[in-house]
Amino acid sequence: MKEFEYAAAASVDEAVSLLAAHGPRAKILSGGTDILVQLREGLREADLVLDVKRIPELTALEFDSARGLLLGAATPCYRIYEHEQVKRAYPALADAARIIGGWQIQTRASVGGNLCNSSPAADTIPALIAHAAVCHIAGPDGRRSVRAAEFCTAPGKNVLGRGELLVALEFPPPVPRSGARYLRFIPRNEMDIAVAGAGVWVRLDPTGQQIEEARIGLAAVAPTPLEATEVAAWLAGRPATPESFAEAGRMAQAIARPITDMRGTAEYRRHLVAVLTRRALADAVGRARGVG
Amino acid sequence: MAKKHHLSAVVNGEPVEFLCEARQSLLEVLRDVLHLTGAKEGCNNGNCGACTVLLDGLPVNSCLVLAVEADGCRITTVEGLADATHLHPLQQCFLEDAALQCGVCTPGFLVAAKALLDKNPNPSEQEIRFELANNLCRCTGYDKIVRAVQHAAARLREART
Ligand SMILES: Cc1cc2nc3c(=O)[nH]c(=O)nc-3n(C[C@H](O)[C@H](O)[C@H](O)COP(=O)(O)OP(=O)(O)OC[C@H]3O[C@@H](n4cnc5c(N)ncnc54)[C@H](O)[C@@H]3O)c2cc1C
Ligand code: FES
Ligand code: FES
Repeated sequence: MKEFEYAAAASVDEAVSLLAAHGPRAKILSGGTDILVQLREGLREADLVLDVKRIPELTALEFDSARGLLLGAATPCYRIYEHEQVKRAYPALADAARIIGGWQIQTRASVGGNLCNSSPAADTIPALIAHAAVCHIAGPDGRRSVRAAEFCTAPGKNVLGRGELLVALEFPPPVPRSGARYLRFIPRNEMDIAVAGAGVWVRLDPTGQQIEEARIGLAAVAPTPLEATEVAAWLAGRPATPESFAEAGRMAQAIARPITDMRGTAEYRRHLVAVLTRRALADAVGRARGVG
Repeated sequence: MAKKHHLSAVVNGEPVEFLCEARQSLLEVLRDVLHLTGAKEGCNNGNCGACTVLLDGLPVNSCLVLAVEADGCRITTVEGLADATHLHPLQQCFLEDAALQCGVCTPGFLVAAKALLDKNPNPSEQEIRFELANNLCRCTGYDKIVRAVQHAAARLREART
């Protein structure tokens, strides 16, 4: 790796002033599972690597069934799926955290890093969309918030402006009769990047037979993770049946704008997104009914 | 000359102090500065797990950790598994069950398997394959590794009762 300086900020304010002092040649380090690979391979260069893991706000994991979840941007993935209440309240997030790389990656990799790396194939982003997460950002002009669904703007690009950092992700409290699921397709069993992925969240009516509300996020079928608002709106008020799930899958297929690359053809991705959306819906409904 | 950082850590139970550059990975420092060459560099990009060590008890790929990040941490490498007279049951079972050929992957498997048995003393075959998915082996085809881990788990459970 090329030479750089290292600093571990102790507070958000200190991180913001270090970022202001060093400009774009400062790179933020959370778990390092993307940035260290990129620095080593010369894909990125840095004068300063700014470690944010010693900032308490960035490694928080605060759950309260009435207030929801506050997840520090640098909190490693394993803490999400090892937290029984969080796993139950935000199951699609736990699904995604459990399949990023392997265990040695999950002890370091953070959801914030996954989001800020802004790959269209990032596994946690569809789950963030499904769970309606909000991103809390700090920068030279103070704090602001953006919906996770609007965070990514192009492959590897996002709404963070000069000198800004992601502080935390906030999730609304869990509601009764809701369930969620993230599914991806990879050609291996583990340790691969999604060819396509679907994260869904549903809330059922009191009978458990009808979908009252849904949210869907899709991975690797567009230049950014995609929020399938049309599909979610169509699902509201529909019966929670295999026919509805299949139709939602076809609708997801219609809004997908995939490309062909080394992981798969556009046609294959369109096929996958329909299957994954259908299966994720069936699983999410099962979880909302308290089975599976 | 790049600025050197002065760090301290507890490595395999021993307090150590060392100097390193910010850009040096924990793997480089373990091997080249502390001369603990058990952890191996297979890929240097997080995929193979040959560099696995425990950082505060959790398995990490030491090629994807900067040494400066480990300041004040507890580190366990494969050199820390055996005591002065006995191999760790995992090491003993890997030998007895022929769970290695070239051996490059073995330190990483041993350390990751130790972390697994620390949290789950009786893992199923599927759990072993899932938790050790970040460790690649080009030689054995994995079956003997999985069996050696199960065998060591049984021995450790017996020793506890
Ligand atoms: C072997 C291996 C397997 C992988 N498997 C998967 C997989 O299955 N699915 C998947 O989605 N990804 C995978 N990845 C990619 C990577 O692990 C994830 O994207 C991970 O979530 C990144 O998190 P991190 O904390 O390590 O980020 P870092 O590497 O620390 O940071 C990632 C990027 O975000 C920036 N950043 C980090 N934190 C902040 C912040 N708070 N504010 C602003 N910017 C910030 C960094 O500067 C950098 O550009 C894999 C990587 C490896 C090496
Ligand atoms: S050398 Fe670290 S994972 Fe391969
Ligand atoms: S024994 Fe050779 S790589 Fe595993």
